Amino acid sequence: MADDKSNAAEYWKANVRLIAGCLAVWAFVSYGCAILFRPLLAGIPVGGTDLGFWFAQQGSILTFIGIIFFYAWKMNRLDRKFGLEE
Amino acid sequence: MSQFAINLLFVGASFALYIGIAIWARAGSTKDFYVAGGGVHPITNGMATAADWMSAASFISMAGLLASGGYANSTFLMGWTGGYVILAMLLAPYLRKFGKFTVPDFIGDRFYSNTARLVAIVCLIVASVTYVIGQMTGAGVAFSRFLEVSNTWGIWLAALIVFLYAVFGGMKGITYTQVAQYIVLIIAYTIPAVFIAFQLTGNPIPMFGMFSTHSESGMPLLAKLNDVVNALGFRDYTADVDNKLNMVLFTLSLMVGTAGLPHVIIRFFTVPKVADARWSAGWALVFIALLYLTAPAVGSMARLNLATTVYPEMAGQVENYEEAAQNPILYEERPDWVRTWEETGLINFTDLNNDGRIQMYNDSVDFSDRGWEGNELTVNNDILVLANPEIANLPGWVIGLIAAGGIAAALSTAAGLLLAISSAISHDLIKTMINPKITEKGEMLAARISMGGAILLATYLGLNPPGFAAQTVALAFGIAGASLFPALMMGIFSKRMNNSGAIAGMLAGLICTLLYIFTYLGWFFIPDTNTLANTPDNWIFGISPLSFGAVGAMINFAVAFSVSSVTAAPPQEIQDLVESVRFPKGAGMAVDH
Repeated sequence: MADDKSNAAEYWKANVRLIAGCLAVWAFVSYGCAILFRPLLAGIPVGGTDLGFWFAQQGSILTFIGIIFFYAWKMNRLDRKFGLEE
Repeated sequence: MSQFAINLLFVGASFALYIGIAIWARAGSTKDFYVAGGGVHPITNGMATAADWMSAASFISMAGLLASGGYANSTFLMGWTGGYVILAMLLAPYLRKFGKFTVPDFIGDRFYSNTARLVAIVCLIVASVTYVIGQMTGAGVAFSRFLEVSNTWGIWLAALIVFLYAVFGGMKGITYTQVAQYIVLIIAYTIPAVFIAFQLTGNPIPMFGMFSTHSESGMPLLAKLNDVVNALGFRDYTADVDNKLNMVLFTLSLMVGTAGLPHVIIRFFTVPKVADARWSAGWALVFIALLYLTAPAVGSMARLNLATTVYPEMAGQVENYEEAAQNPILYEERPDWVRTWEETGLINFTDLNNDGRIQMYNDSVDFSDRGWEGNELTVNNDILVLANPEIANLPGWVIGLIAAGGIAAALSTAAGLLLAISSAISHDLIKTMINPKITEKGEMLAARISMGGAILLATYLGLNPPGFAAQTVALAFGIAGASLFPALMMGIFSKRMNNSGAIAGMLAGLICTLLYIFTYLGWFFIPDTNTLANTPDNWIFGISPLSFGAVGAMINFAVAFSVSSVTAAPPQEIQDLVESVRFPKGAGMAVDH
């Protein structure tokens, strides 16, 4: 039982670390590249405008999809590694 | 065949499909009714979630918002998609593991308190009812424009169709009709967009066409658009925003609001496994992105199309925009689609300087040197998507498709909201709080009666929309983001969070958000009762009332942790419950108590 508990606690820690990493990317592309850092990216042209605009209307959404599928894939591996899958 | 007959054929065929699905997918048990039996494939659920999520506003208004606001309105794109990232990682899998039917189920059980359950029920009902008003009026508009029936008949017809599949099929009927509705709406949205992108840029993929070369002028499309709107006194389409704090908070408010909306969360209770809930969120976002990546292209291209329709000399390579602006089209020579939409009152022309020509520009800039005496053409944002096929000279069947698509978007969201409302009443209020001894059969009947009642209420509000209907979106997102989302997240991520902390947090987040919204938008949205004028100068730190949901969520977290830290820790069995929702092992399908 104690082993089960510490195993589950380890699994949860790994999950929280993964979430923190994914959220960092999530915030970086949307709040960072698309909004706050847009003036810094103004020098990089994309189709008649700048990279910040592309991130705001296309890039952030594409990245969000990538993040969710990466998280789902990684968590399935974690589930099995810790023997906690269904 | 007349356009009316074509529209009737498309809309009628889509209705026949929905009713066919309703007959096939009747609910036999409460589990069928609340979670579609719990065996929905993650991709199927992703598609249903996309239709559930994309409302009349997404289908009809989003492109218009982008067209008028340009870069500044990217907040809607990021906010309404980024919410799925936090939903997938912070809520959906754990709530699926918890394995009950509703959102108040989790809040009531996790915080071992019927007070918390009641607060959640009230938040859910207020958020969902305000949201459903817009769906009913949206369906009414689509009916009256395309089927030439009155608004009232349109809304009753919409209510009848939803009644047929939602009351008999519950979540099961709703799930499979939403899949059909998604297919109808995405085809309807994409076809005109592909044609327009191809006409303007030679690239048939709208999301790429938007960033490629405008064929007629040889310039990048967005650079061309900037030049054109500039010549008419508007800011650059791609212009940056000064108030970045407000832009960040508005985006964050839409994201946490999206993640906290109960009608979206309950869709993830229908999949068989915890892992499926994670995949399903990804698929939902893929299906949503098909529309959301196309919308900015539709918005920018429609804006350019509209401007060059009015000022034909601006379309090609322009030496001098000042000269090109001198020769807008004569009102008598306006294209047919302008005539069609003038009849609906959504396009209006007044010849202020009596020159017989149409001047369309930003009249807060003085252009009297050009002999202009004010903007003469007002175009309602909502018609951009609906008029797209006509602007691009597409055949009549595309217009019929758009009609069916707009109605599908409104109905699919309305049905999801109505299910969230009725399950909160029949399951949380009646079964859990008032009469726990109710039989399965009795609960089914209660669920169907509440669904019927919710449809009647929505129909009534659709027919008599309160004057504040347009502002209620802020309310729905504010409530979901400031009260429900933080409570759900803390219930999973903090074992120490107790009942007093959660209740105090939910109430604090909710009340602060409401106070801030009411101060600027009017008390209880009654016009002219606002304490301060709703202008950026009056906003605290420049935060608009629409952006306050994120601040409300932070207040919720802060109050909850403070109160919780000075009151008793939750009992052992609750802490064990929190540990068990954190991993997938041992999850069954969603079950009753």
